[in-house]
Amino acid sequence: MTEVTLSNVVKYYGKHRAVHGINLAINDGEFVVLVGPSGCGKSTTLRMIAGLEDISDGEVTIAGRVVNDLPPRERNISMVFQNYALYPHMTVRENLGFSLVIAKADEAAIAKAVDEAAEILGLNELMDRKPAELSGGQRQRVAMGRAIVRHPDVFLFDEPLSNLDAKLRTQMRVEIKKLHQRVGNTIIYVTHDQVEAMTLADRIVLMQDGHIVQVGTPLELFNKPNNTFVATFIGSPPMNLVDGKVVGAETIELYGGLSVPVPAAARGLISDGQHVKFGFRADNLMPVGHSVQEEGEKADLELKVTLTEPLGTETVLFTEIAGNEVQAKMLNPRPVRPGEVLKFQLMLDKCHVFDAASAEAIRG
Amino acid sequence: MTRRRLPEWFVLLLPAFIVIAAVVLIPLIFSLYSSFTPYKLTRPSTLWKWVGTFNYEKILSDAKFWSAFGRTVLFLTIVLNLELLLGLGIALMMNKVTWGQRTLRTILMFPMMFSPILVGFQFKFIFNDNIGLVNNVLQSLGSDAALPWLVDGKLAMFSIIFAEIWMSTSVFAILILAGLFAMPRDPLEAAKVDGCTAWQTFRHITLPFLMPFIYIAMTIRSLDVARAYDIVQIMTGGGPARRTELLWTLMSRTGYVDARMGLANAMGYVSIILSILFTVYFFRKLSAARGQIGMAG
Repeated sequence: MTEVTLSNVVKYYGKHRAVHGINLAINDGEFVVLVGPSGCGKSTTLRMIAGLEDISDGEVTIAGRVVNDLPPRERNISMVFQNYALYPHMTVRENLGFSLVIAKADEAAIAKAVDEAAEILGLNELMDRKPAELSGGQRQRVAMGRAIVRHPDVFLFDEPLSNLDAKLRTQMRVEIKKLHQRVGNTIIYVTHDQVEAMTLADRIVLMQDGHIVQVGTPLELFNKPNNTFVATFIGSPPMNLVDGKVVGAETIELYGGLSVPVPAAARGLISDGQHVKFGFRADNLMPVGHSVQEEGEKADLELKVTLTEPLGTETVLFTEIAGNEVQAKMLNPRPVRPGEVLKFQLMLDKCHVFDAASAEAIRG
Repeated sequence: MTRRRLPEWFVLLLPAFIVIAAVVLIPLIFSLYSSFTPYKLTRPSTLWKWVGTFNYEKILSDAKFWSAFGRTVLFLTIVLNLELLLGLGIALMMNKVTWGQRTLRTILMFPMMFSPILVGFQFKFIFNDNIGLVNNVLQSLGSDAALPWLVDGKLAMFSIIFAEIWMSTSVFAILILAGLFAMPRDPLEAAKVDGCTAWQTFRHITLPFLMPFIYIAMTIRSLDVARAYDIVQIMTGGGPARRTELLWTLMSRTGYVDARMGLANAMGYVSIILSILFTVYFFRKLSAARGQIGMAG
């Protein structure tokens, strides 16, 4: 069993504190994605697990063993780097087998493990080429092959897809997920791309400024964001946030005059006069006749469309509520002219209320 | 009245042709020609006497020439290898320095800033058997032997090699350091994760990457050392009794002391083969090493 745990892990660079006491327990075979904007400490955290950065304070364990003072080679991990980090002077075959050669495995075992990895990743044709003769996607696959050859306890991925073009990225994403389903190892994966996080993760760890903001399954983070940062980071387009004020116990008055009822989840948890941010996703604001028919509380709004982004199956409509730019979605789209006024329905059950001062979600 | 005019391109290139002819072509042809004559500086008329390959035949059967030739090859081999090892060591250590590295790099270049003649004088003093620094230190440490540093054949070679290495190791150090700076960090980290110890990382990842830089330094230095003259001339003059005679001290003695310029030129042409061989060898190695690490060959 290869659990990975981090307890109160801290990283200092000089006097700058890059990671502030992180606690995290990763289960055996789990695919965990560390995601966050650049500079949030996710890569540093990964590199501390790998042993490439010293751990300033706290404890990291892999498979029940404290690894703080072990060099990377004694942690039984393998890592896939953003720039692939292939050995330029070795062929694909040599790259794949290198760790086993270093471990003094016998030749037959090396050949077998290398062929196996090549089979899994479809590298058979490329075995005698040098990295310089490979495309980006091929290099990435070699890097992954190099990682699986060793049968490590844990795979670490450091933004492995960010150097690939969009199409290849989607393709490789699927391959990584397949790889995980096939080998079943624990994977810790760092990315700044929330789509990668959503699609790959069993559990997402969202980080900001060296802190963990929220840990949960992709749908938990999507449906129940802890604060406005999570709400706007996860999901595309980001959640709409409109400033407002609670009036009485049942109504939120959005600045600019529009009023909406308090969503059921927040009822009773807010007080009269409290400043809040009212949040909802584009999927929950749809023009009448172009929405999903769902039961539940709804509010009717008449809004002027300022910009459209047709995507085929849906069109993203830009509009304004109380002076804030807001995005809505139109299913089965018809052409919409900028300036057109449409009737929208807001699914109140799916709306969120955040405290304006703390940015924390108000939810029962 | 039409004058035939030379084509424009020719006129434009003419100055370059003239300069190259004056400084390269004519001396080259002249020296090649004179190597087939018994040309003596003291008797200019000998320049017009053609003796065919007589000089070359004489050289090929001349034990003094071949011992100077062999000594030069030995000198080259020892100096290049030691400079490589020391330079590599210095570069690796410099690469670890985090504070004051620029200053250190400048200091490292100091020996190269001296004229080789001065370096020769400096070491001539240091190794002097009578008043020299080394023997004085040895004596004050209780040894009563005055070692004949520049007189004994082996010690004299050692002293010259020491001076040469002192002066030029930084060529290797600087070029290898440049290689280390250019080295991508990722493969080093990948090697750590793949289970390499520090030595294995160096052996399997760092060194292959540095090889092109090493061969560039080798090429430059082999040409440099093959024409070693100044330090040797100052420190021992090729002596005593030709025990430190290298090709260039032999040639200059033959040409200017004995005034047998025809013979000296013939020696020059034979010994150039040495430099060409070394250069070709290192260039081959260089492009192979570049191909290895995926640089355009």
